[in-house]
Amino acid sequence: MSVKVRIPTPLQKLTQGQDVVECKPGMIIELIHELDNRFPGIGERISEGGKIRRFVNIYLNEEDIRFIKAEETEVKEGDEVSIIPAIAGG
Amino acid sequence: MRVRKVRGKHKIIIPSHLLDEVLSHCDVEYPDEACGILAGKEGVVLKVYKMKNIENSPISYLIDSKEQFTVMKEIRERGLDITAIYHSHPDLDAYPSAKDIQLAFYPESVYIIISLSEREREVKAFHIEEGNVKEVEIKVSLK
Repeated sequence: MSVKVRIPTPLQKLTQGQDVVECKPGMIIELIHELDNRFPGIGERISEGGKIRRFVNIYLNEEDIRFIKAEETEVKEGDEVSIIPAIAGG
Repeated sequence: MRVRKVRGKHKIIIPSHLLDEVLSHCDVEYPDEACGILAGKEGVVLKVYKMKNIENSPISYLIDSKEQFTVMKEIRERGLDITAIYHSHPDLDAYPSAKDIQLAFYPESVYIIISLSEREREVKAFHIEEGNVKEVEIKVSLK
């Protein structure tokens, strides 16, 4: 078992079109590093200086990680992580 | 209401009763910006999701992230796509602002802007990707 990570459509060109990728359990920031090792360039689209970008939301199962432990939120086997760019403008 | 006709490869088709739903949402939220998601398939809008603009502002919008998460999950489970993302410009033209272009993270969806600044409301659609803006034709169907 591993962690299921949902990749948003704008980042799927970096994951060769995959909408779901499997990652190892660990902290969210470790999971982003793993993604970036496997799919170079994806890390900077999600985080900057070790922090999740302001207009990117990450959900662990049904919960926004900002209301858990943000980048240090622990992800266990069988969990589902969703990366969701915000919808915003002026 | 004016719906701009543009010739081009990209096109979005929206049934008139769903466009009416979008316009009435914009009226209800006025003078703040209204925002929402149009779910559909192959460029045809099938459902309107009116979303909460947590900024409550006449010059900006940000969809509530939990509501966005829930709606996107529902759209995925129904086998639909995010055909378009809409928002109103209460006092500006129906053209993407600098902020709209900077924060357009969904290039596979069409961005619809409804201007309420003139007596006659104006609706336009755009494809926005990496800073490039291209107008997209909107076709209003009867059903």
